[in-house]
Amino acid sequence: MSPVTWNQPNREAPDVFDVVIIGGGIVGCAVARELTAFDLTVALVEARADIGDVTSKSNTAILHTGFDATPGSLESRLVRRGYELLSRYSTVTGIPVERTGALLVAWTDEERDALPKLADKAYKNGYEHAELVDAQEVYRREPHLGPGALGGLAIPDESIICSWTSALAYVTEAVGRGLHLLLDRSVTGLDASGPVTEISTTRGQVHARWVVNAAGHGADVIDQFLGYDRFTVVPRKGELIVFDKCARRLVNSIVLPVPSSRGKGVLVSPTIYGNVMLGPTSENIHDRSDTSTTPAGLSFLKSKGQQIMPTLLDEEVTATYAGLRASTEHDDFVLDSDPLTRYILLGGIRSTGLTASMALGEHVVELMKNAGEVLRVSEQLPDAPRMPSIGQASLRPFENAELIARDPEYGRIVCFCERVSRGEIRDALESAVPPTDLDGLRRRTRALMGRCQGFYCGAEVQALLNDGVHARGTSL
Amino acid sequence: MTPQTCGVLVIGGGPSGLTAAANLAAQCRVVVLERESAAGGIPRHSDHTGYGLRDLRRVMSGPEYARVLVERAVAAGAEIRTESMMTSWVDDHTVAVTSPQGRYEISAPAIILATGARERPRSARLVAGDRPAGVFTTGSLQNLVHLHHGSPGSKALVVGTELVSWSAVLTLREAGCETVAMITERDRPESYAAFHHGAKVGLSTPVSTMTKVRRILGRDRVEAVEVEDVATGALRTINCDTVVFTADWIPDNELARLAHIDMAAGSGGPQVDTMLRTSRPGLFAIGNLVHPVDTADVCALDGRHVATAVRDFLAQRSTPGQSVSIVVQAPLRWISPSVMRVGDGAPARRKFLFWTDEYRPVARLTATQGHAVIGRITLPWPAAPGRVLRVPSALLARADFSAGPITVALT
Ligand SMILES: Cc1cc2nc3c(=O)[nH]c(=O)nc-3n(C[C@H](O)[C@H](O)[C@H](O)COP(=O)(O)OP(=O)(O)OC[C@H]3O[C@@H](n4cnc5c(N)ncnc54)[C@H](O)[C@@H]3O)c2cc1C
Ligand SMILES: Cc1cc2nc3c(=O)[nH]c(=O)nc-3n(C[C@H](O)[C@H](O)[C@H](O)COP(=O)(O)OP(=O)(O)OC[C@H]3O[C@@H](n4cnc5c(N)ncnc54)[C@H](O)[C@@H]3O)c2cc1C
Repeated sequence: MSPVTWNQPNREAPDVFDVVIIGGGIVGCAVARELTAFDLTVALVEARADIGDVTSKSNTAILHTGFDATPGSLESRLVRRGYELLSRYSTVTGIPVERTGALLVAWTDEERDALPKLADKAYKNGYEHAELVDAQEVYRREPHLGPGALGGLAIPDESIICSWTSALAYVTEAVGRGLHLLLDRSVTGLDASGPVTEISTTRGQVHARWVVNAAGHGADVIDQFLGYDRFTVVPRKGELIVFDKCARRLVNSIVLPVPSSRGKGVLVSPTIYGNVMLGPTSENIHDRSDTSTTPAGLSFLKSKGQQIMPTLLDEEVTATYAGLRASTEHDDFVLDSDPLTRYILLGGIRSTGLTASMALGEHVVELMKNAGEVLRVSEQLPDAPRMPSIGQASLRPFENAELIARDPEYGRIVCFCERVSRGEIRDALESAVPPTDLDGLRRRTRALMGRCQGFYCGAEVQALLNDGVHARGTSL
Repeated sequence: MTPQTCGVLVIGGGPSGLTAAANLAAQCRVVVLERESAAGGIPRHSDHTGYGLRDLRRVMSGPEYARVLVERAVAAGAEIRTESMMTSWVDDHTVAVTSPQGRYEISAPAIILATGARERPRSARLVAGDRPAGVFTTGSLQNLVHLHHGSPGSKALVVGTELVSWSAVLTLREAGCETVAMITERDRPESYAAFHHGAKVGLSTPVSTMTKVRRILGRDRVEAVEVEDVATGALRTINCDTVVFTADWIPDNELARLAHIDMAAGSGGPQVDTMLRTSRPGLFAIGNLVHPVDTADVCALDGRHVATAVRDFLAQRSTPGQSVSIVVQAPLRWISPSVMRVGDGAPARRKFLFWTDEYRPVARLTATQGHAVIGRITLPWPAAPGRVLRVPSALLARADFSAGPITVALT
């Protein structure tokens, strides 16, 4: 078999890759981007037909400062570093980010008493801008909060980000730097007993000197292929409700509860697309592919929303979804490397992987260097890509008079609720890593994610997608 | 940028907007903005008969009706701009538009909002479960089948039993998809004509009352729907590969809300008086945006009715007089129009429109102001959820404009 993918018909694959990354979530994509900066042949093997199609597409998309991490943990360090790297990268590539800040709100005496300790913890995590505020200030900042707030802690640097564009930017840049993107094939076995590692997939074998395991919910299974037995992924479901854009005026920043032993709790936050999000729940489940929402989960969120911001519930709901955190029995990320078999494990990237992604990429480079690998930066690296402007706060194509004058397709709105133009859909279909289904198109353009959920444009967008996929000459 | 200008700007080229344009174009320059590639609104997507009775005095198919309304507006001299979407307000009389011809601003002394209504999709109903393909609203189903000649599945569950739900059943049948069940949470089908209607078109679809959707099952394609008996909580599973959520209307009210005008209680649309003025001078609202939803011909007649007030406004003939608002009591959900003004005429078709959440075999309404009963009426037809109750405006003929809000109740 040839490991060459449909979207890279002319890219010739070596017999042995320097590195094969397993898993095309945000972490695998960030690692791919990092490693393709060096003189290495790199492939990324992803089970799904698109990157970022599992946990990396369904989270709360907050770029965390790491203020509430466990001080001294790997997670604390990598989240903090990842925040810096991704903040910078987003300005270069145009990944939508809004620095809304967060406000932790205390609703009980106990929670209010916990705030100074949290401020202290933030400081220990290297975050120095946390600010204790009184109830009056809490309501000044968030006038639509329900009654009973006793005080708060402001974290001015917490931000909201587009997680879809982030993963896409990484992989687009990596493909530009020569990544072999091997989609739609699952890794089914690993053999590291020879001089190079043999990687069996559902579409034949590939070989690599180094293997990076970034398989998210499958990371323990991949690890076991190599004989390890050191952690088990326990999916922890988080359900979310997204409210209509008309609700956006109700919320200024990310409204967080005071964290308890049961996790971060339910937040109310603006989204980067101009909606408002309520969630997530937190429930351990068994089935690693069960991303359904549940009647109990949704009614729990409604009751939480009723307390936090009663008027929010008067607004229409645009969407509901659920994501699964890849938690493990460990309290931290599970990172390791074996210099002998040249294997790197990035496991247990639970609830901060989006923020930590670029730092995890750097971490992989460190681990390889520590194992004696000599890495040389490629001489000619293409410029970083400029990503489509899909954030609500950025100038969207539909409102860009100059762009429309140059190319009227940007003035031809196809998805009315989200104001997505035909030009943007065309661009997505012609991009380096094009979508293969409606969901992939939505992540690249916002088409169909609006309040009508396809009442008006569903069929037309599907037709455009079919044409685009057809034009690429691929059968799916 | 310098805005373009016109006399009357109509936002939305459905039956109501097109009819307003046709009735005003003789007086001044009228521009209709329609975001779709052709004007006509929902009837354009609705390839079955049943349109035009009250306004055109003949019954025709949706697409044909849409065509006639477009022709009339154009013949009257209105300019219809398709693929032209109003995206925001620049000021009270100027809007921003995106179209392939460019991004521009256009101003008019009078603006009419006619943006229609849509069915609440699955997610807005907070239905839990998987998110597979095969979930539609009547609108998206008809769009798929009629405009794009696509096919839904082979076995469908239709949620809702209103008239529009039967329209979905017809479309499904046409596309070769069997409707295995229709369900409603109420204790009787919303459309009292449902059985007649079904029988008339030769459909024998089992209807389950007191039943609600709890969960959708199926990873890639719908495999089944778990439904709950609302009386007993008992769950059962209906196997199907298609689900159509019908009815349950939301007005397309974003532009109205962005205008910061008064909104009507209950309907989600802007508040209007009997002449279809909103609370902002020069801004009018008509059609399903203000009464979600009535039939297309009734919406079209709003378009004819609003023309008088728009002409008066442009000629500065009348300043709106003192007003009194009308509120309703449950189980009535809303009334439209919900404001009356001194010196104004009766509402369109001399009817107030109501929405009820409960069935009454005979619709008996009482209007009060303070403690005084100002009107009573008993209609020889039922008040039924899922369809507009049209009540002669005589009910409120004795309103006292200085006596505070009027309350209307179903008694
Ligand atoms: C509800 C929720 C809220 C969250 N909120 C935030 C937040 O606000 N901020 C933040 O920073 N993080 C947040 N996270 C965490 C973040 O989403 C994750 O940490 C991150 O997406 C993990 O990325 P990943 O690449 O490790 O995993 P994934 O995205 O799951 O990617 C793993 C990939 O590996 C592939 N794979 C698995 N097995 C195989 C195999 N055998 N062969 C080939 N491919 C395989 C999968 O198909 C998948 O594409 C949240 C998570 C959840 C669930
Ligand atoms: C499935 C179905 C079946 C039906 N069957 C019948 C029937 O048999 N008989 C009958 O009489 N009625 C029927 N109806 C009802 C009828 O279609 C509606 O009452 C009628 O179309 C409402 O007219 P309208 O002008 O208020 O709104 P719409 O027809 O909804 O038109 C609104 C228009 O505004 C445009 N618009 C919205 N926002 C903007 C913007 N920002 N910029 C530019 N344009 C915008 C929209 O694209 C749309 O074209 C049916 C409805 C449905 C959904």
